[in-house]
Order: sequence, then structure tokens, then C-alpha cells
Amino acid sequence: MDSLVSLEALVARISDGASVVVPPDRSGVAITATAALIAAGRKNLHLICAPISGMQADLMIGAGLVGTLETSAVTLGEAGGAPRFVEGVREGAFRLMDATCPAILAGLVAGQKGVPFMPIRGLIGSDLMRVRPDWRVIDNPFSPGDPIVLVPAIRPDFALFHAPEADRFGNVRIGRQAELAAMAYAAKATLVTVERIVETSLLANENESAGVLPALYVDAIALAPEGAWPLGLWGEYRADDAELLRYARMARTRDGFAAYVQGLARRFEAAA
Amino acid sequence: MSAGEILIAAIADQLQGARTIAVGASSPFPAAGAMLLRARNAARGLPSVRISVLGSREHNFFTNGAFELFDAAAQGRIDAFFLGGGEIDGEANVNLVGLGEYPRCYVRWPGSFGSAFLYYLVPRVILFREEHSPRALVKRVAFVSAPGVSEGVARSGGPRALITSKAVFSFDRARKRFALRSVHGGATGEAIRALTGFDYDAPADPPPTPSPDPQTRALIRGRVTDELGETYPQFAAALAAERAG
Repeated sequence: MDSLVSLEALVARISDGASVVVPPDRSGVAITATAALIAAGRKNLHLICAPISGMQADLMIGAGLVGTLETSAVTLGEAGGAPRFVEGVREGAFRLMDATCPAILAGLVAGQKGVPFMPIRGLIGSDLMRVRPDWRVIDNPFSPGDPIVLVPAIRPDFALFHAPEADRFGNVRIGRQAELAAMAYAAKATLVTVERIVETSLLANENESAGVLPALYVDAIALAPEGAWPLGLWGEYRADDAELLRYARMARTRDGFAAYVQGLARRFEAAA
Repeated sequence: MSAGEILIAAIADQLQGARTIAVGASSPFPAAGAMLLRARNAARGLPSVRISVLGSREHNFFTNGAFELFDAAAQGRIDAFFLGGGEIDGEANVNLVGLGEYPRCYVRWPGSFGSAFLYYLVPRVILFREEHSPRALVKRVAFVSAPGVSEGVARSGGPRALITSKAVFSFDRARKRFALRSVHGGATGEAIRALTGFDYDAPADPPPTPSPDPQTRALIRGRVTDELGETYPQFAAALAAERAG
């Protein structure tokens, strides 16, 4: 498979200033790759959360990688608020594009279909319309007197996520995480880390092939066992709640955050 | 009887009659209330209840990922949903973003999630905010993530009720106003008034929120706590500890 590369080579494709779309916590978040991205010292990324994020966005913000953040929420879930996100907002450390979940998803669908925008219900009367001048209201051309919002297409430079397995032909199992497919369809290139590579084509079994992202959309795959840790990976392992709490505590201060990131880097060096 | 159990039962009561209920992120009490309604309807031979809990694998029937909740709501298939927020005001506007001059909020909450869409499209939205204080229940929210009512806009959904750790309110969309329905655990109407930052209608002597009957209590302590553990392990453990303590 041409697309199988090292983790370092995978993240090296992402250059400073690139836009990167990432999935929500339980869909398969590439934390090992995020640590590698931090080690590579990327700057000024436009991070798009499809449609929310947690520890991944907080890590990237804290490490100074994010120039623009487009998201519907950032939270550590039961572990509490995302400390680096909250402090970054307060300090104006990045450009903020606050959204609502289905607006980000609709933008990706527009990107997927190659159309410039997508209409979406709701939103009118929300202050989000005030802070998102790129969203417009038009009158429904088919039924006048019905105002409706248009959101522009989202075409990220990269989609980045973690999945249980890829086959040696470059197909990736994504199960029922349909947002992963939408991210890949909309993005110009898709980078995936996986727990393992299997020999048999994931498309061989008709009963399972619907949950597979074909190699057509996948540009690079790297092995990263436990690559979502401390977040969980569907069908594979649960989130490490104690570790997430430890992160939430340490990330409250800049020094604590820096120490956490150093520990993360050491852990991955030891595993490599 | 624990305070948590009264809240869970109050949520289930507000969901009565709903057939398909969705629960969003970081919503352990709403998830518990929905699970209680499902368990109770099953025990009482009432119509079955479908629940989709975001973040759960066992209690989530969606197969189309992050899209499906929003698409199903837009198709009119979701009867009830929950919203919270750092601030809720007297016209049922919700603020999930923060306080202070946007974007550099001095208090920043996670974000609007799906509120700016689902609030418009789910017929029965239950507002849930555990903290009942003048800073949580305000005269006017600092940022409108989603408005309580809309005019001149296609809107099939909106607020039905507000449940806090102290009381249950109903919401009248035509009058854009809450009304106090019941108070938990012997609180007085005056005490609720003092803790609420917005004006609302209230009876002279508000009735107590009903305590869960023995069947309801047994379901909360058994099936509901077990089911919650998968998605909200810390919450389920705290619920069990509260009973023991």
C-alpha cells in the first residue's frame, strides 16, 4: 500500500497555516498524531471540529498550534471544562468561529457535494448570526416569506482521525461514524492513524463494507496502537477517565500543561 | 429520598407521552430522566420509548453518526430533547457561550452545541439547569445561543419546561413567560423568587414536586443507575453514593 507511512511522515504533510478537520471525542480522535503534530511545532492551523472537540483541541490550543478555531463546543465532558480553550478565548489567542453542530456538518456536506453553500433551519435570532458574518439569510426562493440561513461550504486541507483498522489496499474501517466519511469527502486530503493493518480487503464482506471509507479518499495511513488514548475508540477500548481527569487538573496552569505535554511526548517516544 | 431522585423523576414526568427522546452531550440528569420514562413505561405496559443518548453505544440507535440527531429532528422524528446553558433568561433564551465582551469572554462555557438548531425543531425541549441562582436564571442572557421564541421564522419546536434543583416551571410560548409549577423539598415560593433572576407567574402557595413512588424509586436505583454507568460512570457512582450516604 503506497499510503502507509510513518507517523512522523503523516503529520509532516500538514504545513503551517493548513486547515484541519477533526472528529468529536468518541468517533476516533488521533491523539498520538496530535502529540506528533505538537512535537513538529506546527503553527497557525485552522482547526475545524466536526462538530465539537475535547482534549485534542485543548492540547493543540495549549501548545500554540491553533490560529483559528471553528467549533460548536470544546469540553472535556465528565472531566469538566477545557482549560486551555477557556484561557485562550480570554486572551484572544486565536480567531474564534463559534458555530452550532449541524451548521458545521452542513458546511462539510456542501464541501462533499462540491456546491458553494447549504441551507439550514434554525439559527435566525441566535447571536451566532451576529458573530458569523459568513453565514447569510436568504428568502426561500421556492416559497417566499420563509427566511432561511445559508452556510458556506467547508473544504478543509486535511481530515485527521484515528480508526481501528485499515486494509493493505488503503481502505479504512469507520463503522457508523458517518461524520468521518463526510470529513474525508470534504477534505482535500485525509490522514488516518490505525490500531492495525489487516491483510484481507475490508470491502470483501458485503455485510461490513458500508462502514468502510474507500482508499479513494485516504491519502496517508500510519500505525498508532492505542492512538486515541486517553480517549476511547469505538469497538476497541474505553476512555481512560482517570487520565482525562489528570489532564484536566494539570492543564489548569500553563506549567502543568507543559509538563503534561512533555509526559505525553516521552510516552510516545518510549512506545516508538 | 435523595434530591437527585426527585430531579430524575421530575424530568421523567415532563417527558410523559414522548415516544422518541434524544439526549445531548454532558447531560447525565436528562439521560437518567429519559431512561426512567422508558423503564417505567415498560413496567406499566405503556407505549415503548426510544432513547438516543449522545456518547452512548448501548443506548443509541443511530447509524448515521453525528448527522442523524439533527436530521431526525428536522424530519420531525424527535419528540423531546434537553438544553441547559450557563444562563437561561425569563424569555427562555439560552446562553451556552459565555459572559463578557464576545469573543474574549471572561467566563467561557463550552459552546452552543446543537442548540441553535434543535431548539427550533424539537417540539418539546426541556430546559435543565441544576444550579438555581440569580446568576444562572437571569433577566437577560449575555449571549443568545438560541432564542426561546421566534417570529416570522419556520419553527416547530421550543421550550416546554424548566427544571432546576429547586423547582419546576412551565413555559408559555405565546406569552414568552415562565410559570412556577412546583417546588422541591419544602422550599417556599418566596425562596424561589429570591433565587430567580427573572420574573415569572406563580401561585400564592406553590405545591411540592411529587416524591417518586416506590416503583419509580426502585427503577432509578436499579435499571436506570445501571444503564447510566456506561456513559456517565462518575455520575452513576455519585448517585449510588448519595443514596448510601
